[in-house]
Amino acid sequence: MTGETPALETKALRKSFGALTVASDIDFRLLRGARQALIGPNGAGKTSFVNLVTGALRASGGSIWLEGADITHLAQAQRVKRGVARTFQITMLFRGLSVLENVTLAVSERMGMAGDLHRPAGNRRVIIEEAFALLEELGLAEDALRPLKELAYGRQRLVEIAVALGLKPKVLLLDEPAAGVPSAESGVIIETIERLPEDIALLIIEHDMDLVFRLAKRITVLVQGAVLVEGTPQEIAADARVRQVYLGEKGRA
Amino acid sequence: MSGNGMTDGVTISDAAKQAASRRMEIFARRHRFRVMEAVPWVVALGAFFAFPDYLALGAQVLATILYALSLDLVLGYAGIVTLGHAAFFGTGAYAAGLMAAHGMGEPLSGLAVAALAAAAVGFVTGSIILRTHGLPLLMQTLMVATMLYELANKADSVTGGADGLQGMVVKPVFGLFRFDLYGRTAYLYCLGVLFIGWFVVRRIVHSPFGRSLTGIRENEARMHAIGTSVLRRRLTAYSISAALAGISGALVAQTTQFVAVDALGFERSGNILIMLLLGGIGRLYGGFIGVPLYMIAQDRFAEIDPVYWYFWIGLLLVLVVMFARGGALGAAERLLRRRGGVDS
Repeated sequence: MTGETPALETKALRKSFGALTVASDIDFRLLRGARQALIGPNGAGKTSFVNLVTGALRASGGSIWLEGADITHLAQAQRVKRGVARTFQITMLFRGLSVLENVTLAVSERMGMAGDLHRPAGNRRVIIEEAFALLEELGLAEDALRPLKELAYGRQRLVEIAVALGLKPKVLLLDEPAAGVPSAESGVIIETIERLPEDIALLIIEHDMDLVFRLAKRITVLVQGAVLVEGTPQEIAADARVRQVYLGEKGRA
Repeated sequence: MSGNGMTDGVTISDAAKQAASRRMEIFARRHRFRVMEAVPWVVALGAFFAFPDYLALGAQVLATILYALSLDLVLGYAGIVTLGHAAFFGTGAYAAGLMAAHGMGEPLSGLAVAALAAAAVGFVTGSIILRTHGLPLLMQTLMVATMLYELANKADSVTGGADGLQGMVVKPVFGLFRFDLYGRTAYLYCLGVLFIGWFVVRRIVHSPFGRSLTGIRENEARMHAIGTSVLRRRLTAYSISAALAGISGALVAQTTQFVAVDALGFERSGNILIMLLLGGIGRLYGGFIGVPLYMIAQDRFAEIDPVYWYFWIGLLLVLVVMFARGGALGAAERLLRRRGGVDS
């Protein structure tokens, strides 16, 4: 591990909207194959951090590095092509399209074939087969041809992950992957995340502490746009400042 | 792997494999031609023989269907809302009209120049206005068309202004078929061009590019997140659509041998939207139903109630929006589904 280039790194990353600072000098490292969580109270800037890393938001200062390459000034689409993918806290899918189509859109974009005007999309068997294989892995094969909006919300959360996996990411940011899912169904989502390929560096943004302690090997705590502390789950659980932050906020931990 | 834990030996996994390949097959075949898709062409050819006195009107209907098809590509597939599509229709009409008025009346080259001119207008204006969405975009499409309208109106030394462009001489198609008084040539000419236009649009909407347009319509933020250059793709679709609308305008100009400044007018943008809504948007065939329906309804209502006929068109539209969402095709789809057995 020593001296290894991290999969993702931010140096003094800063973002402010006028007087409001949502990220102040965030130094963050995500190692290759990491299983890391980003936690923090509401309004801590977790989702803003995800938006900065993916390029949906432009940084006001600092830099972002992917496997040693500076991606600070790349557009969102280019960062995706380099291997940064994300899922959304509230499902952001193509509701009127079939489940399979949701994933083929991502796969054909990754393969650089999505701008092709000529041959029918149905002739691209590689794309369809790869997308279908992903659905099979996530237990969604039977729903492949159903319109996404007909699926139960828990299943839609799985499609959310499948679409991101279709991009073959190096870094995957999961923004509250189990949000809004009844607890009976969240087990499947946690198992799915546990089975994700080991070479993907995972950052899980979460509120649910059970989920965090089950999945994460390292935890970063964000408070008011700044990193409060980072450590193993045991260290975080024992940290007085973390307890204070969480107990101050209705004792969520 | 596949979720359900009961792997009872070879038979079940074989069945699962078969089910998987069947699903992929259905998905991969969506672009294949269906028998139903021949219906418009059979009807159009039949009408040629059945209504020899209405071929001039028929040619206008066919050209307008191409216009609706071009609108469907941007509105129904790419989700670009526009109230200014006449900008491209009119550009094409004037391009072909000016050529024919200046001794270059060969119709096919007129179509080509019209397509290029309209695509150029689409590309230039689109690269500015497609950065916006929703209402601001709607307003800007309206502004583009209004500006072109006023430009054509003022530049009367070139366009004939409010009097319209006179003196067009359109040469025979392929140097063989003259445009006759009955509209026979006009009808078949428009039908042929519409067929090619339909084939191209159909190919586009089933291509990976076309599917990604649907993705942009369904959820643009997610398309950004899967690495799509959304602006570039919207601009490509907008330019192609502009070219097709330009060809449609050129067809009307060549077959009527006249261009009125109305070709760029607001009604030209608004009515086509109504026709497409009547037929159903995002379905490729909305225009094939909506345009004849509107034009026939207009004809009938105008006869029954010459003063307030537009009121009845409005009422028809209200009824469609309330009771037949998705237009005539949407209603038909729901009926078929209720009868069972229509897969996506």
